Amino acid sequence: MKKTMYEKIWDSHFVVEATGQAPLLYVDRHLMHEVTSPQAFEGLRIANRKVRNPHSILATMDHCVPTKNRDLPIADPIAKKQIETMADNCQENGLNLYDMKNPNNGVIHIVVPEHGFVHPGMIVVCGDSHTATHGAFGALAFGIGTSEVEHVMATQTLPQKKSKNLLIQIDGELSKYATAKDIALAITGKIGTAGGTGFVIEYAGEAITKLSMEGRMTLCNMAIEAGARAGLVAPDQKTFDYLEGREFAPKGDNWNKALTYWKSLPSDEGAKFDAIITLDAADIEPQVTWGTSPEQVTGITNIIPAPEDFDDEIKRQACKDALKYMGLTAHTKITDIPVDLVFIGSCTNGRIEDFRIAADIAKGTKVADNVTAIAVPGSYHVKKQAEEEGLDKIFLDAGWEWRDPGCSMCLAMNGDELTVGQRSASTSNRNFEGRQGKGGRTHLVSPAMAAAAATAGHFVDIRNL
Amino acid sequence: MEAYKKHQSIAALMRRSNVDTDQIIPKQFLKKVERSGFGKHLFHDWRFNEDGSDNSEFELNNPKFKGAKILVVGDNFGCGSSREHAPWAIEDYGFNTIISTSYADIFYNNCFKNSILPIVATKKQLVSLMDEVAANEGVSFTVDLENQELITPAGNGFKFDVDAFRKDNLIKGLDDIGLTLEQTDYIDQYEEKHKQSFPWLWT
Ligand code: SF4
Repeated sequence: MKKTMYEKIWDSHFVVEATGQAPLLYVDRHLMHEVTSPQAFEGLRIANRKVRNPHSILATMDHCVPTKNRDLPIADPIAKKQIETMADNCQENGLNLYDMKNPNNGVIHIVVPEHGFVHPGMIVVCGDSHTATHGAFGALAFGIGTSEVEHVMATQTLPQKKSKNLLIQIDGELSKYATAKDIALAITGKIGTAGGTGFVIEYAGEAITKLSMEGRMTLCNMAIEAGARAGLVAPDQKTFDYLEGREFAPKGDNWNKALTYWKSLPSDEGAKFDAIITLDAADIEPQVTWGTSPEQVTGITNIIPAPEDFDDEIKRQACKDALKYMGLTAHTKITDIPVDLVFIGSCTNGRIEDFRIAADIAKGTKVADNVTAIAVPGSYHVKKQAEEEGLDKIFLDAGWEWRDPGCSMCLAMNGDELTVGQRSASTSNRNFEGRQGKGGRTHLVSPAMAAAAATAGHFVDIRNL
Repeated sequence: MEAYKKHQSIAALMRRSNVDTDQIIPKQFLKKVERSGFGKHLFHDWRFNEDGSDNSEFELNNPKFKGAKILVVGDNFGCGSSREHAPWAIEDYGFNTIISTSYADIFYNNCFKNSILPIVATKKQLVSLMDEVAANEGVSFTVDLENQELITPAGNGFKFDVDAFRKDNLIKGLDDIGLTLEQTDYIDQYEEKHKQSFPWLWT
C-alpha cells in the first residue's frame, strides 16, 4: 500500500491498541521548558513514578528568562521559583538541561535542531504548541499538555488518535523578500486558524524544497497557527547536510544506517491525502497581520478590510472587535500603519538566517525616531554566530538593542513587553490580544519586513527599497 | 480524576469565536508551579477592570450565569498556546462542559485529562443553543454523557459524538497513565525492537 510520510511514521511507532483504548505511540524525543513541566514532575512525584528514558529528554529555560543583565538575580520571585524548580527537577531525574548560564541555552525549538537532537522519522513531543517546528526534519512533532508531559515521562508513549493528512503543494518561485514566514501567514490567511484542525500538514512543492532548513522550520513552526497538529517536510539532502556532524546526530556506521532509513520516509508517489491545497509561490507577497488572530492577514500592497467585507457573521464581528482593539480604521493602507516597537526573535524567526536578512536591510540605516527596535537571538549559538559575522554591529550602529536569547517579546513573560496601546512589528507567531503585553497591538511580519519598518517608522514594501 | 456524572446545570453564554488560551488564562499566571488555584484568574483580562473590580460587561460576570457548569461559546475555542493551565482554570472556576462547533486540538485533548467534556455541535445546533440562552438567561441544560445527549427546555438539545475510550475514561474518572502502564510489557517489547531498528538512538 502506498503511504504518506505521516502514515509511515505512525506505523513505525505503533506499540499496541488495547481494547477500548486509543492506539499507543512510542515517543523518541521529549523537549521541555520551565512553564509547562513543573506540574508534570509534581504528578510523577506524587504517584511515585520515574522518568522512563531520561536520555530522550532535552530541557531548556526560555520563557521567563531575562534577555539582559543575566548576571543579576531574576527580579520576579515567581519566575525565579519556576526557573529553580526546573533546575531541581532536571537534576533529580538526571535530565540534560541547558540552563540560563549554559552556552547552549536558548529557545527550545531553536536549541534542539542546533544540536541535531531531532532526526527524520522520529516522534517528538513537547509541552509547547510550536513543537511543530521540528517537522522541518521530517519528524512527527507536536505539542502536548502538561498531563501528557507526565504521561510521556512515565511511559515513553502517548495514546493518540490518527489525524487526517493534508497536502499543501506550493510550486513556483517566491519573489525576492517573500520568505517562509510569508508562506506560513498566507496559508493561515487562506485556510483560517481552524482550517488545519484535525490534520497533519505535509508541505511539498518546488517552493518548499528550495527553502533552507531554517525556512522550513519557520514554516512548520506556524502549522499550529493554521490549527494543524503538525507540519512535515520530506527530508532531503539539505536535511542530511544540516544534521551531519551535530552532537546528537548518528556517527560512523550508524550514520549510513540512519541515512538509508531517512531516505525511505518521504510519502510514496501516489499516496492518498485526505485533502490537497495548492498555492502559487509567485502570488505570495510579504504579509502583515492587521487583527488579533493570525488569519487576519493581508499582503503589504493591500488595505485593511472592513467588517462588511466578510460574509460570515462571526468573521464580521471578529473584524470589528479586532479593529477596535488594534486602534485601526477599515480601508487604511497597510503601509500607512505606524509602529512603535520592532521585535526580531522567537522560535519562528530567531535563527541566523533571520538576523542576516534583517541586518542586510538595517545596514547603514537608523531606527526611526520614537521607535524602539530589539533583536533577540534565538540561542547563544545564534548570537555568537551573528557576532562573528558582525551583524550585532550593524544592528547596534543602526540604533537597535542586541539582547541575550529567550522567548522575550514573543509572549512577554519575562518583562519584555508592550505597554497599553503600543504597536509592534513582530517576527513572532501570535497576535492575540495582550500576547505581547496587556493592551499591546501586534502585527506579525517577516524579519525583513520588521527591519524595514524599524527604519521607516511604518510598514513598507521591502521590494521597493 | 473526578468521574463525570449526568447533571443539570446553568449554561453560560459567550458569543465569541477563536477564544485563545492566552485569553483563557493570561501568561502572567503561568509562572506558578502548582496545578490548582487558576480559576480566580480565568479570563482575567476580560473579566476584571484595571482596578481589579469586576468588569460588568463581561459575559461571565452576568449574575444569571453564576454557578454555571456549562459554557456555550463560538468556534475554534482554546486555540493558541498548549498551556494546560487553560483547562485547569476552566475546571477550577466550576465548568465541566463546553459546547462549541470546534476546538483546537491540544486544548481538546487537555480537557479530557481534567474531567471536562468538550461537546462538538454543528453550527446550526450552536446557534439555536446560543439563542435559547440569550432569550432565557440562567436556563439549565442537562448533559447525559452515558447516552451522549444534551437536553434543553426549549428542545434545542441533540445527540453528540465522543470517542468511546474518552467517554469511558471520563465516566469512570480513569487515570490515563495508570491505563498505559498496564501495557508495560508491550512497551518493553516495542523498545527492544526499536533498539534493533534504530541503534543510533541508543548510543
Ligand atoms: S518563542 Fe514564543 S512561541 Fe516560541 S517557544 Fe517561546 S513563547 Fe513559545
